[in-house]
Amino acid sequence: MWKFFHHLTSPPHFYRLAATIIPWLAFPGLVLIAYGSYAGLFVAPEDYQQGDAYRIIYVHVPAAYVSIMAYVLMAVGGGCGLIWRLKLAHAVGAAAAPLGAAFTFLALATGSIWGRPMWGTWWEWGDPRLMSELIMLFLYFGYMALRAAIDETAKADKASAVLALVGVVNVVIVHYSVVWWNSLHQGPTLLKKGGPGMDADMLYPLLAMILGFTLVFGALLARRIRTEVLYRERRTRWVRELILAPGGGR
Amino acid sequence: MEALGMGGYGAYVWSCYGLTLIVLVLSNWQARARHKRVYRDIEVRIKALEDRQ
Repeated sequence: MWKFFHHLTSPPHFYRLAATIIPWLAFPGLVLIAYGSYAGLFVAPEDYQQGDAYRIIYVHVPAAYVSIMAYVLMAVGGGCGLIWRLKLAHAVGAAAAPLGAAFTFLALATGSIWGRPMWGTWWEWGDPRLMSELIMLFLYFGYMALRAAIDETAKADKASAVLALVGVVNVVIVHYSVVWWNSLHQGPTLLKKGGPGMDADMLYPLLAMILGFTLVFGALLARRIRTEVLYRERRTRWVRELILAPGGGR
Repeated sequence: MEALGMGGYGAYVWSCYGLTLIVLVLSNWQARARHKRVYRDIEVRIKALEDRQ
């Protein structure tokens, strides 16, 4: 088992494996997003309170979900890198940060646009879910700035991993903010006791979008990890052989 | 046309979907561009070393 894990996380093996799995993640992901968007926009019934404005949920919730997942991955990567000194683990963290920031921005922007007609404001400084998600965006920026400020990769890996691990506290706050404090956001809908509190016609497109976003994020992440691995291993023999091989190894 | 109007919320709904498309396309473009750049830099350095030897 340990041998298999070690083989899987070896940079040259992962570099080749990622090239194979990217299309297997991207195409099903795009198909699910296409289905989810169509069903969410045109098939799902209108909400009795919010009318058609609620259809923003089909991009807002998946973006918010991926923003949290990317942060958890970044922190787990940092933790594994610090504890087991896996080269690939730090590369995962470094690759997840810009994607996590992009999806966090998307969650905040779509939430703000949704808030205007529903809450009567683009932004509410007192809302704990909004503020903790904004702090997560700053944590992503801080992580990337810290990496960029340190020239030596090993030192940058260690410092950014510590920052990612400390920031995990905020992930817990993002998740439970609607339970612990009064928030303009509604409480848990999908993960509540007794099953999701949504009609099936509304629920299935949302689940398709969440899975689609996850798969597309996986494809983008795999592509970015490949680049990280290539850069970090640029002075190794396997990269030299890869580049000099007929046809190269893009 | 009625479906596109989204019951008066069309500007809000479509701008969110448009923004999503932009973020996904840009994320993909950026990841591809960075990979190409890193690959090319390494390729140039390795080929220069090979020529020297």
